[in-house]
Amino acid sequence: MSFPLLTATAALPAVGAVITAAVPAARRTAAKWLALLVSLATLALAVTVLVRFDPDGARYQLTESHAWIKDFGVRYELGVDGIAVALIALTALLIPFIILAGWNDADPLETGSRRWRPTQGFFALILAVEAMVLISFEATDVFVFYIFFEAMLIPMYFLIGGFGDRAHEHGEAAASTQRSYAAVKFLLYNLVGGLIMLAAVIGLYVVAGNFSLQEIAQARASGSLHMATNTERWLFLGFFFAFAVKAPLWPLHTWLPNAMQEATAPVAVLITAVVDKVGTFAMLRFCLQLFPEASKWATPAILVLSLISIVYGALLAVGQRDIKRLVAYASISHFGFIIMGIFAMTSQGQSGATLYMVNHGISTAALMLVAGFLISRRGSRLIADYGGVQKAAPVLAGTFLIGGLATLSLPGLAPFVSEFLVLVGTFARYPAIGVIATFGIVLAALYTLVLYQRTMTGPVKPEVSAMPDLRARELVVVAPLIVLLIFLGVYPKPVTDIVNPAVKQTMSDVHKTDPKPSVEAAK
Amino acid sequence: MENLIALLIAAPLLGAAVLLTGGRRLDRVGHWIGTLLSAASFVFGLILFVDLLGKNAEHRTLIKHLFSWVPVAGFQADATFRLDQLSMTFVLLITGVGSLIHLYSVGYMEHDERRRRFFGYLNLFLAAMLLLVLADNYLLLYVGWEGVGLASYLLIGFWQHKPSAATAAKKAFLVNRVGDMGLSIAIMLMFTTFGSFAFGPVLSHATQASEGKLTAIGLMLLLAACGKSAQVPLQSWLGDAMEGPTPVSALIHAATMVTAGVYLIVRSGAVFNAAPDAQLAVTVVGAVTLLFGAIVGCAKDDIKKALAGSTMSQIGYMVLAAGLGPIGYVFAIMHLVTHGFFKAGLFLGAGSVMHGMNDEVDMRKYGGLRTYMPVTFITFGLGYLAIIGFPGLSGFFSKDKIIEAAFAKGGTEGWILGGAALLGAAITAFYMTRVMLMTFFGEKRWQPDENGNEPHPHESPRVMRIPMIVLAVGSVFAGGLFSIGDRFLHWLEPVTGHSEGHSPVSAWTVTGATMVCLLVGVGIAWAQYGRKPVPAVAPRGSLLTRAARRDLLQDDFNHVVLVRGGEHLTRSLVYVDHTLVDGVVNGTAAGFGGLSGRLRRLQNGFARSYAVSMFGGAALLVAATLLMRAV
Repeated sequence: MSFPLLTATAALPAVGAVITAAVPAARRTAAKWLALLVSLATLALAVTVLVRFDPDGARYQLTESHAWIKDFGVRYELGVDGIAVALIALTALLIPFIILAGWNDADPLETGSRRWRPTQGFFALILAVEAMVLISFEATDVFVFYIFFEAMLIPMYFLIGGFGDRAHEHGEAAASTQRSYAAVKFLLYNLVGGLIMLAAVIGLYVVAGNFSLQEIAQARASGSLHMATNTERWLFLGFFFAFAVKAPLWPLHTWLPNAMQEATAPVAVLITAVVDKVGTFAMLRFCLQLFPEASKWATPAILVLSLISIVYGALLAVGQRDIKRLVAYASISHFGFIIMGIFAMTSQGQSGATLYMVNHGISTAALMLVAGFLISRRGSRLIADYGGVQKAAPVLAGTFLIGGLATLSLPGLAPFVSEFLVLVGTFARYPAIGVIATFGIVLAALYTLVLYQRTMTGPVKPEVSAMPDLRARELVVVAPLIVLLIFLGVYPKPVTDIVNPAVKQTMSDVHKTDPKPSVEAAK
Repeated sequence: MENLIALLIAAPLLGAAVLLTGGRRLDRVGHWIGTLLSAASFVFGLILFVDLLGKNAEHRTLIKHLFSWVPVAGFQADATFRLDQLSMTFVLLITGVGSLIHLYSVGYMEHDERRRRFFGYLNLFLAAMLLLVLADNYLLLYVGWEGVGLASYLLIGFWQHKPSAATAAKKAFLVNRVGDMGLSIAIMLMFTTFGSFAFGPVLSHATQASEGKLTAIGLMLLLAACGKSAQVPLQSWLGDAMEGPTPVSALIHAATMVTAGVYLIVRSGAVFNAAPDAQLAVTVVGAVTLLFGAIVGCAKDDIKKALAGSTMSQIGYMVLAAGLGPIGYVFAIMHLVTHGFFKAGLFLGAGSVMHGMNDEVDMRKYGGLRTYMPVTFITFGLGYLAIIGFPGLSGFFSKDKIIEAAFAKGGTEGWILGGAALLGAAITAFYMTRVMLMTFFGEKRWQPDENGNEPHPHESPRVMRIPMIVLAVGSVFAGGLFSIGDRFLHWLEPVTGHSEGHSPVSAWTVTGATMVCLLVGVGIAWAQYGRKPVPAVAPRGSLLTRAARRDLLQDDFNHVVLVRGGEHLTRSLVYVDHTLVDGVVNGTAAGFGGLSGRLRRLQNGFARSYAVSMFGGAALLVAATLLMRAV
């Protein structure tokens, strides 16, 4: 038996979480360093997965399979395709930056405050989330996936509810109430989604007799497992609902702005760049593969919802007065693009959507983390409280601008490639939807540049005139993200090479081929 | 040789990277690094030019494939460059004028503490603009297209502590994004029609596609061109863009970037040739803009905004020519190049005037400056003669050809377009004479400001004068050099194609009519601004004058319809999202079992226990169902 690389990749942060949590309260700094080292070691394992993975090999690789609950046919089955590998790499890459960015976010408050801030717990929870996200990407058993898909809500709940921005305009008590509201809202939304999915998971078991993704998909493809049209549709909807809450898709999105607003910036990045990706990933892996016919049946409705997400999210972002809420609505718009790319059912759309997940993770991390650095300096999330920051802190302003330009998908930066692929992939099958979605690029420029203008330019406000520029730790967080944004914008081939074969498989799962150009031009 | 093409872009890109990340230790030499790398790019361009000249006219296309950029099933975008006569022309214009303006900026920006960054942005602009004209497919062109937009954004807003500059920068980017939608959709249409968006496959197979598709592609490309080249209806950003430092106005908002739309149309000639409706739309946009810009230029007292109106108008001529098809392509590009010389020269002259006048831009506070700054006066004057089309100077040749070609389109259209072009020539003569008279002639009209500082007009330093002189020489001779013996026509024809139209009027008649228009325009301006003193405060003016001062009410329209309307829309959506969408979901939750009541209690500290119990419940449910199944 070979070394269980996938289990190890997910288990390492889990073990790390336990040890970090156990570090004595007085050794706060040691706990931080431990968490950082564990996340880096996890990154090393993820890179090993990346290297060991052969894009042109079998669909699922590095597979592990062990009997678990024999009576119900639950098996501990892991395996990764190109899409999963890309997202595992993204997750493992972002966590060290999240930890480093949140380095001081969970320190005990100044003397005089009675609130206890469990520093160790903060970092342990982040590692716990990482472990569960990683195993969700790896699981090829529906039941195993479900368990971790739901279980990650618990550490996320505590991260949102327990740790907010340090200075709050309405005082600590008000902040605590708002945080609890956001955390409960997050939990309830996702639990409801999860419960509906649970019903569908059970239903799937009733129909198929086991939980193995590969077995069910093969049985369906070969015709040995028949599923009545209505059964398939109901099961599809059960799965899709949970993923659409997580992603989130309009109109199930309203938990995200609250959660991102109240959480510290690194946790907000954890939500939108890492955890939410499980939702869109699962649409590709479970919805399309298990329920291909129902997926095609639901496509028109889902495309319309994703189109609404794109335009609505962007318009709402324009209207926000709170920096973090603005980024949250921008993310809703971007998730619309991802879901649209998945359900456009073209190679360009699905490759673009997968690439979009990776790029959005990096670009949102860059923008949100710099926003967090900004907010921690001034103690306010309100856009109106800033002005002229670029004069006082030019490097901070510059990195904020680059994060913003990535968010508006400037050509040359990574998100442009994925956004254009999604647009062109959608346009090829649904021209009208593709054209309307293009309005998103104008609105994205609007909310990003208005945000930049109001916070960074103009006369210097007295409150920001003494604002220090980025510190070394903060620069270490931001600079590599920016380098990645530029690199993947100029040379996305390393990612597309891994993703393309997996997308080809997904396309054949749903029995779809790309539309042919009307004039066959010599290539 | 092909490798030089990559170096052409790499040099200014390296400059941008070094200058923008180098930090303060480069402050003392940064401007020279930027200028040197720009000049290096120009030298590479010259070497390539000589190489091309040595080749047979049919073999003057160099292709350099760098790497596979976006490889996805059925979708292949490569980082490939194409250097042919068309892109070569642009390369020389961009790097040549670009280097001169770098040099000029060394003096102009001398006292700015962020001069290093300014040169970093200028180099970034050069790299992006070169990418735009060297790309071998539309998607790579798009990268350059938005790259120049970014550089323009950064440079318009260079003095971003001024709210007006920051607003102008944002406006330019946003309006251009509307145009970019056009480019995006055009590329998508190409992809679904031809399965490719590389120049080779699209342009060589254009005739096989249906006319409807080609018309759609053409109109979308036109939308893109309108944004970048400030053509009606997307012209409103160019006047505000004058907030940027004057060298930026000269390089980006006169000589190079704003002409990218013309490049796009001429490059896509094969598509337009097979889509007459799209061509007609192009000519209409060109004709309308050439009059629009000219009228706006007549009413502005701000010297840079008057020149901006003029730029819009002159690009209108180019777009008009490009819309005429093979009879106009060559002349569109020829006017683009000569305009690059004289308009850059005029802007640098305006910058020199401002430099000597404490950054005053109001021409009503100039007057009689010819004696204080003779070099500026002479170089500006030569640019002035070139733009109004004084016989023998650059503008005379290139504009005359466009007017001729417009008539040659034939039919009613030909008369209308030709007539508009002639009228434009008269207005051009009027507003440029007005600028000339108000600035350099008459009595001095400047006053001490509130602090008692009176401007002391003086000639600019040598580092600024040299670029002005070189551009003035180009303004005088370029047209003749290109036209005599049809050199420019023969050079460009293999790429763009060329056909002679059947003009209802002879070439001499057109030239004669143009001369009459010129004299009328100059005459009226002389009567108004030369014979009698210019009032220091602008008179109220006619209805048209007042509208023209407000850019013919374009901004008022935008404000009422887009800005106000948009604000109402987003504000109501924020309300809807909070009360309706969120409310419905929360309400549903409440309906499912008094959750809202619990929610309230939860906020008092029961949240965690509730979460655990909820999860416990879920687990119980799983267990129960599984048990049922097992039994």
